[in-house]
Amino acid sequence: MVPLSYYLVLGAVLFSCGVVGFLFKRNLIAIFLSIELMLNGVNLSFVAFAAHWHRLSGQVFVFFVMVVAAAEAAVGLAIIIAVYRTRETLNVDKVNLLKL
Amino acid sequence: MILGYHLWLIPLLPLAGAALNGFFGRRSSKRAVAAVGLAFVGASCLWAWRVAWLFWHLPPNQVPLVGNYVTWIQAGNFVVDYSLYVDQLSLVMMLVVSTVGFIIHIYSVGYMAEEGGYYRYFSFLNLFMFFMLTLVMAESYLLMFIGWEGVGLASYLLIGFFFRRDAAAAAGMKAFLVNRIGDFGFLIALFLLIKYFGTLSFQELFSAIGELKPEAATVVPFTAIGLLLLMGACGKSAQLPLYVWLPDAMEGPTPVSALIHAATMVTAGVYMVARSHLIFDRAPDALLAVAVVGCLTALFAATIGMAQNDIKRVLAYSTISQLGYMFMACGVAAYSAGIFHLMTHAFFKGLLFLAAGSVIHAVGGNQDMRYMGGLRTRIPWTFWTMTAATLAIAGVPLFSGFFSKDEILWKAYSNAAGSWVLWALGLLTAFLTAFYMFRLWFLTFFGEFRGAQAPDAHGHEPHIHESPKIMLVPLVILAVLSVVGGYLGWPGHSLFDKFLSEVFPAAAEAGEHAFSESLLMTLSVVAAALGIFLAWLLYHRRRDLPEKIAARLGGIYTAVANKYYVDEGYHAAFVQPVVEGARRILWRAIDQKAIDATAEDGARSAGLVSDALRRMQSGNLRSYAGWVAAGAALVGLYMIWLGVR
Repeated sequence: MVPLSYYLVLGAVLFSCGVVGFLFKRNLIAIFLSIELMLNGVNLSFVAFAAHWHRLSGQVFVFFVMVVAAAEAAVGLAIIIAVYRTRETLNVDKVNLLKL
Repeated sequence: MILGYHLWLIPLLPLAGAALNGFFGRRSSKRAVAAVGLAFVGASCLWAWRVAWLFWHLPPNQVPLVGNYVTWIQAGNFVVDYSLYVDQLSLVMMLVVSTVGFIIHIYSVGYMAEEGGYYRYFSFLNLFMFFMLTLVMAESYLLMFIGWEGVGLASYLLIGFFFRRDAAAAAGMKAFLVNRIGDFGFLIALFLLIKYFGTLSFQELFSAIGELKPEAATVVPFTAIGLLLLMGACGKSAQLPLYVWLPDAMEGPTPVSALIHAATMVTAGVYMVARSHLIFDRAPDALLAVAVVGCLTALFAATIGMAQNDIKRVLAYSTISQLGYMFMACGVAAYSAGIFHLMTHAFFKGLLFLAAGSVIHAVGGNQDMRYMGGLRTRIPWTFWTMTAATLAIAGVPLFSGFFSKDEILWKAYSNAAGSWVLWALGLLTAFLTAFYMFRLWFLTFFGEFRGAQAPDAHGHEPHIHESPKIMLVPLVILAVLSVVGGYLGWPGHSLFDKFLSEVFPAAAEAGEHAFSESLLMTLSVVAAALGIFLAWLLYHRRRDLPEKIAARLGGIYTAVANKYYVDEGYHAAFVQPVVEGARRILWRAIDQKAIDATAEDGARSAGLVSDALRRMQSGNLRSYAGWVAAGAALVGLYMIWLGVR
């Protein structure tokens, strides 16, 4: 068997990549991608635990996470389109009308 | 009791008038305001006379009249009722106050006819009548104190009636503050009375004092109480050293000066001392203090009055001086004589002020006697009534002032508590009184009319006109009273003294007198005659002399003319330090630096904190993302730490 820690480390790495991308990317769509990456990293951890302890609840939770991710992606992309239409750019630094 | 005495009507009717005029007067016509003001005071006066009539016919065991109305304070054993008390003394005061007050109200209708704030004037004047009547009819010291404070309030309101004038507003404040100093003494005296007797009601207190056994009597500090009461009286009745507010009070309308600062309010101190005679009888040192203060004040004020040019100021100092006589009388235990002089003084001093108002009215507002003169033929009614009053105050025989002043001088010499020194100083003051009053008379009514020389006349003579009848009738009434009022006190057969003998048992006389009453009386007449002659000489015959004498006296004359710089002294000693202390310490150091700074610090620190927190809301999306990540990391770390524990 592949030890549990391998899966968890992979999940952590995926999550970290997602966080770094979320913080440092300037393109709105890239930020969204990073968010999805974070979610998937978490999914991997859940499934790994479910398989390790032979419990189904982890896998069920993954379904929930996917549903939420899908909904969020839908709404988020709608917002991105709206932003693009009004601000003509996807550079997150330029979406700063609320700046002091 | 047929119709019931309803003593409460006497003070409360004017209060109703004050309330009506106060609330509704603004939108009413002047006639309505005057009608209300006169009606309530007139009704009160009529009712007072009715009570007096009934009183006169009562058998001795049914007086004094007491009206117990409401219990006001009940604190353990200490009870104060709202009760009114009419014995011979308060009857006299009540009649004087209400009658002279009513007469002056009538005069005011004419005098204030062209002034703004008409309704305010009558409201305040009625309010004054309410408080003054409460003062003289009160059955307890506390109720008297309410009246005492209330007349001080009314005085403040009326002195500062022309409030847009700085001098008037300042004068009102000065009157109230100086009064307050006296009131402090009065209050401490009341506290002492409560401590030792447990009551302030006249009936209970005076019977308790009367029944004190000699051993018990030494415990009670009668002297202290007497001196403190004297302090209160000095404030209200403008005696040394608290007299300084009265000359300034002349800023108020002249009828106010007549009523409050001549006939009634300032006499409250004398009434209070007379009412407290049982206390003073057991405090001979305090009584001596009363006599000395009165005598010195009388002389002091008379000297200042000689050198004043403003007609009202002369009368103001004259009032202070005559009040000194009343205090001197009480101080030699001749209380009845003091009250008699109070009554005649109300007549002739009230008349003098009203007539002065008429004169001022006639010459168009000028109050400086140097620019009057020759008015004798132009305003005859005013002239003749004022002459009657001047003769009365100078102590010319057969006028009222002669009888009352003479009785005081005689008692000052002959009473056991008296002394020839008091008499001699009183005689000197009588000479000065005659002098300065006739100086006033000559300067105002004789010689050439000098109105054109006034600084603001621009060489034109003001048009001189006699006052309207509504102002002249009160003058005539008071003139008649000034002449005949004295006969109540015919020496040796004084009806007045007999009437008051229930309240003031006859005081002890010193055994043998070197001089008889007739001799002293003759000396008084001589003193008055000398004063009149000197005034005639200096202000009618040889008008060049006053200036030469003033020049010769140089510094002394300037000191007297400047009222011995007492006001300046008080200002430097008391007012200046308080004002500067308030400005430097209380305002700058404490208020600005300490309190305001603390409040500002609080505000500024809130500002600093929010400045720091503001960076969280920069509008920059990525920094928001950063904060979210940081928060999530913190939560994660916390969870791990929990798990590790």
